[in-house]
Amino acid sequence: MEEKKSFGAAALEFASNNIVPILFVVICAVCIPLSGFSVSYLLNEIVTRMGRNIFLILCLLIPIMAGMGLNFAMTLGAMAGEIALIFVADWQIWGIPGVVLAMILQIPFSILLGLLCGSILNRAKGREMITSYIISFFLNGLYQLVVLFMMGPIIPIKHFSIKLPRGYGIRNTVSLLNMRQCLDNVFAVTIGGVKIPVLTFLIIAVLCLFIVWFRKTKLGQDMRAVGQDMEVARDAGIHVERTRLISIVISTVMAGFGMIIYLQNMGNIATYSSHSQIGMFCIAALLVGGASVDRASIGNVFLGVILFHTMFIVAPRAGAAITGDSMIGEYFRVFCSYGVITIALVMYETKKRRNKSKTAQELARAAAEETAKEAAK
Amino acid sequence: MRENLAERNTLSGRVRAAANAFGLPRLIIAGFLLLMFIVAPFVGNDFWTQISNVINRFSWNAILVLAMVPMIHSGCGLNFGLPLGIISGLLGATLSIECGFTGTLSFFAAILIATPISVVLGAGYGWLLNKIKGGEMMIATYVGFSSVSFMCMMWLLLPYHSPTMVWGFAGKGLRTTISLEGFYDKALAGFWQIKIGTLEIPTGTLLFFALMAFLMWAFLHTKTGTAMTAVGSNPTFAKAAGVNVDRMRLLSVILSTWLGALGILVYEQGFGFIQLYNAPFYMALPAVSAILIGGASVNKASIANVLIGTFLFQGMVTMTPTVMNSVIHMDMSEVIRVVVSQGMILYALTRKTEGGGR
Repeated sequence: MEEKKSFGAAALEFASNNIVPILFVVICAVCIPLSGFSVSYLLNEIVTRMGRNIFLILCLLIPIMAGMGLNFAMTLGAMAGEIALIFVADWQIWGIPGVVLAMILQIPFSILLGLLCGSILNRAKGREMITSYIISFFLNGLYQLVVLFMMGPIIPIKHFSIKLPRGYGIRNTVSLLNMRQCLDNVFAVTIGGVKIPVLTFLIIAVLCLFIVWFRKTKLGQDMRAVGQDMEVARDAGIHVERTRLISIVISTVMAGFGMIIYLQNMGNIATYSSHSQIGMFCIAALLVGGASVDRASIGNVFLGVILFHTMFIVAPRAGAAITGDSMIGEYFRVFCSYGVITIALVMYETKKRRNKSKTAQELARAAAEETAKEAAK
Repeated sequence: MRENLAERNTLSGRVRAAANAFGLPRLIIAGFLLLMFIVAPFVGNDFWTQISNVINRFSWNAILVLAMVPMIHSGCGLNFGLPLGIISGLLGATLSIECGFTGTLSFFAAILIATPISVVLGAGYGWLLNKIKGGEMMIATYVGFSSVSFMCMMWLLLPYHSPTMVWGFAGKGLRTTISLEGFYDKALAGFWQIKIGTLEIPTGTLLFFALMAFLMWAFLHTKTGTAMTAVGSNPTFAKAAGVNVDRMRLLSVILSTWLGALGILVYEQGFGFIQLYNAPFYMALPAVSAILIGGASVNKASIANVLIGTFLFQGMVTMTPTVMNSVIHMDMSEVIRVVVSQGMILYALTRKTEGGGR
């Protein structure tokens, strides 16, 4: 086992395991000089986007731990967060109290949605990802039903700035101007023109600590066991369905918090589209950081956010510089997000198949040896 | 497996099996559609116009739904990668116009050009799906998305020149929607079209679909077709019987992709426009839910499923906006469409597949 690999082979293995991050480093290295952005502008943008997105991406880690793959249904949490913010905006509670109230308010919504999502996923074992992906669409329909038709006549919404002029439904954008960046501005430090939202980063740090701690708890260990092998975990007395359900609920609630942090930074809610893209961008960012469908760490999240959003910022300008058409860059970054997810999924599935056949071969060899021994006797 | 047998032997198990086979969701949707047809004349919508709308929409979409069949048969699951086929169709359509074909001829030229493209793309796609057996549906979705977003760049960059298709002032880059007037607008629908009062039936398109459906049915009953079905229902058994599993799957994916290309061309001739850029992104989902509403499951589908499903789904999509608007003056049709179609896909995904699935 402890054979010394030649440097070349080791480098090749490292490269094949980390193909996605390496690809992105190359893309960024090419695009940054072409875009012509100043270093301080880039740093500023990246730090802002880190504060905005990391919390959302972290919520993907727990379902991965429980072996449920990439949770495309994290948009459910985002919807819960949006609904809570709409209420808070309607009640005209602004600033930090508004954010805190929204965070508390979204918890019951996202728990409910998480339970729904988790129990559907328990009925679709082995194809959690495609199912969670369809769930996000399905719930988007229900979200529209609630926000576009029921808010007004059934769910009381008073404030005219939020309601559509026709008397029911919520406007396409809900302004959060009065709570814009109110979390980010607390204790904000500016170093060399780069604004660092200290409180947001502190919240993120607390969440990271929570995840590290959670992995060591009984529940966390159970989740990892379920993620490794459901049947073995069941034999060991772990309640598999319940564990999986809890992992999705935690993820959804965290996504709700993440969405509120995200939106207070943006300063407005695009009522019918904010959540729909969130899932894809978060998952793409996580995968860019070198995570795979069954293994992801906090390090992957940070690396992923930095690389993915650097690409996101520079691609349109770089595209314009190369082809003279800014749309090319826009399309290019969308293509990159989808392409990354495709590559990561393909790599995961091929690896899984390879491991499976390897185990099968080992089993067959062991069985053959057994029969040989029997024959020798 | 043993559990399944035991379940089938009890009475309640049998009742449940019968209810499952009948399909509760299908019943609900059929009832809903029937209600729509009954209500429509009372709220001031002309009955025959509604009927023609439904038939028209049916004729546009049926082949896209038919494209689901081969891949379901070979066990590759629901073809969420349909956009790949659609892209070959779009390439065929734009190249046919670029080459200067006009009128009905341009439709057949488009099919001719799209065929090799879809075979090549489908072969690559099929090769990929053979590498990742078991994870087809998720990867198919993202293959579709990546190819659509890749083509978004290509539509801008490819050297098209035909003045009917490129942006007027820049002289390059294709427009987002291209009118087919003078090309193959109603190329099939206009053939033997029946007009009685407000009732319009696009006979040509229906005949074309009937031909394709018949060919598909006939193909599934050839030796190759049966082998394909065997691969889908039990790959281990098929392999033992000497069927080349990977080849069958590859063939089914190529067929699906080609039908996708054909489907979008038929759709365009009815609709009258070519839609490029982001349009193909979510075109797979209506087709997937249509065939599921028709009673197909993740690993079983027939031509009848295509017919019933397309009719019910398109009927629902066409009828709800008009009827809803007349009844309650609220356009909830979009919401209903999303909830029903995605709910249908969810329902299919959460049902246990025969033979244990994975």
